Amino acid sequence: MKRQQQGLSRRSFIAGVAGSSLMMSMGSLVSGCSSEQASQALASGDLSKVFSPNIWFEINGAGEVLINIIRAEMGQHVGTSLAQIVADELGADWSMVSFKHVDTDPKWGVMVTGGSWSVYTSFTQLSQAGAAGRTLIIDAASKLMGVPAETCSAENGVVSAGYKSLTFAEIVSNGDFSRSISEEELAAMPVKSAGERKVIGRDVRNLDIAPKSQGSAVYGLDAELPGMAYAMPLLPPTRYGSKVNAIDESAAKTIPGYIGAIPISDPSQTVQGCVVVAAETLPAVMKAVKAVKVDWSAGPTANVDEAAIIAEGMRIASDPEGGTLYVNEGDIAAAKSGAAKSMAATYTTATALHFTMEPQNALVEFDAEGRCHIHAGNQWQSLILPYLAQALDMSENDIIIHQYYLGGGFGRRLFGDQMIPAALAARELGRPVKLMFDRATDSRFDCVRSPSVCAFEATFDADGALTGVDHAVAAGWPTKGMAPGFLGTGIDDKGKFDGFSISGADHWYSLPSHRVRAMNNELAQSTFLPGWLRAVGPGWISWGVESFLDEIADQIGQDPVAMRMGLLDGAGKNAGGKGSTVGGAKRLAAVLKDVSERAGWGREMPANEGLGVAVGHGQERGMPTWIACAAHVVVDPSSGNVTLKKLWQTIDVGTVVNPDGAMAQAEGAALWGVSLALHEGAQFANGEVLEQNLDRYTPLRMSDVPELDIAFVDSDEFPSGLGEPPLIPVAPAIGNAIFAATGQRVRELPIRLV
Amino acid sequence: MVNFMLNGEVVGAESDADTPLLWVLREELKLRGTKFGCGIAQCGACTVHIDGNPMRSCVTPVSAVDGRSVTTIEGLATPVGEALKTAWTEAQVPQCGYCQSGQIMQAAGLLESNPNPSDDEIVNAMNGNLCRCMAYPRIKKAIKTIANGGAMS
Repeated sequence: MKRQQQGLSRRSFIAGVAGSSLMMSMGSLVSGCSSEQASQALASGDLSKVFSPNIWFEINGAGEVLINIIRAEMGQHVGTSLAQIVADELGADWSMVSFKHVDTDPKWGVMVTGGSWSVYTSFTQLSQAGAAGRTLIIDAASKLMGVPAETCSAENGVVSAGYKSLTFAEIVSNGDFSRSISEEELAAMPVKSAGERKVIGRDVRNLDIAPKSQGSAVYGLDAELPGMAYAMPLLPPTRYGSKVNAIDESAAKTIPGYIGAIPISDPSQTVQGCVVVAAETLPAVMKAVKAVKVDWSAGPTANVDEAAIIAEGMRIASDPEGGTLYVNEGDIAAAKSGAAKSMAATYTTATALHFTMEPQNALVEFDAEGRCHIHAGNQWQSLILPYLAQALDMSENDIIIHQYYLGGGFGRRLFGDQMIPAALAARELGRPVKLMFDRATDSRFDCVRSPSVCAFEATFDADGALTGVDHAVAAGWPTKGMAPGFLGTGIDDKGKFDGFSISGADHWYSLPSHRVRAMNNELAQSTFLPGWLRAVGPGWISWGVESFLDEIADQIGQDPVAMRMGLLDGAGKNAGGKGSTVGGAKRLAAVLKDVSERAGWGREMPANEGLGVAVGHGQERGMPTWIACAAHVVVDPSSGNVTLKKLWQTIDVGTVVNPDGAMAQAEGAALWGVSLALHEGAQFANGEVLEQNLDRYTPLRMSDVPELDIAFVDSDEFPSGLGEPPLIPVAPAIGNAIFAATGQRVRELPIRLV
Repeated sequence: MVNFMLNGEVVGAESDADTPLLWVLREELKLRGTKFGCGIAQCGACTVHIDGNPMRSCVTPVSAVDGRSVTTIEGLATPVGEALKTAWTEAQVPQCGYCQSGQIMQAAGLLESNPNPSDDEIVNAMNGNLCRCMAYPRIKKAIKTIANGGAMS
């Protein structure tokens, strides 16, 4: 991860003319290199030694703007949103804007698409880069027109000054460029106010939609190279510790086109006990993979089941002092010792699969210079490159991941572990290999959402007032398994925690005493590779937090909305600060007020029907997206069937860059929340997931879609993220609605009333 | 050799007779707009038309289309098909997009047999097509814009 960061000096914006195009980029100069060298390198196309741009766009002689996008496209239309930010500041004509998703190259720096970070982390830089580009174009135009630059403005691809004007095409074709803008000038670059924006906040056509509506979008599984062999994996009975004893190819050898079975020896230990079966055609390999018989010695987790993993989570979460301290407000010990009354509850979530529609795949070729080219859609190229380098004993710089459309990401493609057996097989066979997982193998190889346990204890004084909440969270930790360098350290400097698997426990409610501890469920961790699944920790933690709050409200006889409003007082650390935290808990209170009004909170409900509410603050406390959710359920008293009639959400994400795209993300994420609450869930049995295909794994279908009423707060505040947050409050809102309808408290996800 | 009409032209497939049509289309005939999802006819990503009817190509052996007419997303050029592709763009339906070829083929089959489906009829026809991004509200909306002759009138 540190590779690209070394030896870089200050940020600069440079421009240069290459052929008939104006190239513009923003990034860091490599130490010892001048901006003049960088300008020349930019024009020659060989930047890697002098400049590390993380933003790079160009305008050709026809005035067309091409923006390079380092983020992965997996349904969030990220290229469109990021291009809108650049185009707005640049003053570009949106109809002339296009973009491309780039392959890995050290010059791009860290490549990751996840955490709903893309707009939040890119907004300032992209705005400044666009503004810097506009400044250069206006400078050139002012010279061409013979007018002062101050009198010029850029809009819709035209620079105007009074009655004079030039198009971007004319300026690029005739203007004088080649200059750099220093970090200081960049920081002072005039960025548009909200009222001046022309492209941000406008409904534009997402530029990836047309190919996806014609069958012409190219996904990783669609990639092809001349001479490639087809391959499929045979997976061992356990993710870790299984050993191949013998491979029987006798039946497979009768299949025309059969090439062989390759036991994979992965020095990075990421993929263990895997055998790759190869053949000349896909139909042949599909037969061969059934014909090859492998005898494995199973690893130590061959008998682990879901109940054992949950039981282990319960055991460690019940330790009153175990785990890593993550939040410690007030004095939880005093609250407990002085409590007149207390109540405890434990919430669980079951294993969940990513189930991307496009199964895992990778096409790998070694070129004549020995470089490794990997063709596959991926969300976090910078994460898997070091693993690949170790597996192949090669330099990261000689491994290139070529990006494609992702047939679903949802966090699964944050880890490109499928590339490892594909690359090792390609090297073994000395030819390109296309490795494809079938559906069941994809499910068995999935880095699933770990089963989780949230244990709560609330304390009350003699007057019945809430004095404290103690919260323990136990789960498998994705970050420990895949990116251990990103683990955090406890606030008492003791122990480690996975920030992605504890976020959400540090909520915006003001509590007199509040303690949170994070526990790693080592049985989960050793049985499978825990994964980041859409919304990650807040997806299971808020299930507990928001359900338990309703239990507290019931205990002390308060209305659940009124109690939340009281706790969202914005006091102390919940006042908020800069960026998207501006306004703090008050913004959460505002969306809760809005959604409760729109849902008609407090109205009489028919028998067996109920309303429930919950809130969420998105993925991380530092980049909150403020969301409140209300759910209306009907419970059939005889069957226990739960029907979700309607879901309301009010979302304050700050500035909405791409309104229609934002709504699409909100709809999809909210329905993911419904699916995880009511429709899909898996379980481990004999060391692997039992539900491997749609005959047993049952995500939400069109017939399950409730009425949706989603509203965005009109805001000019700094934009936050949206791909995951709307998922978070859905399950607890449904659980709380079930309680309102039936008096039955549900504490397990997925919800099954029997 | 299995001969059939593919998007209006006669083709011959050399794959074994038991090869699923999906893989003949994708790997032998290089039409990759039709997608693989589950392999057990439960997700609909592989939906093509066989003699005009939506079918799951992942469980259809190529021998079953001998002498018949197969249409894929690439060849869906009927008025309904064109209207659907336009409606999909107008409603900004696709997210990841992987399932959308199958969704459009399924929807085309519905509208060819029932040009004016009710909401329930749309749901019944489309329920076998999984969209993991859960773009269902927009899929339904796009189909409804064409129902009643909307975009086709």
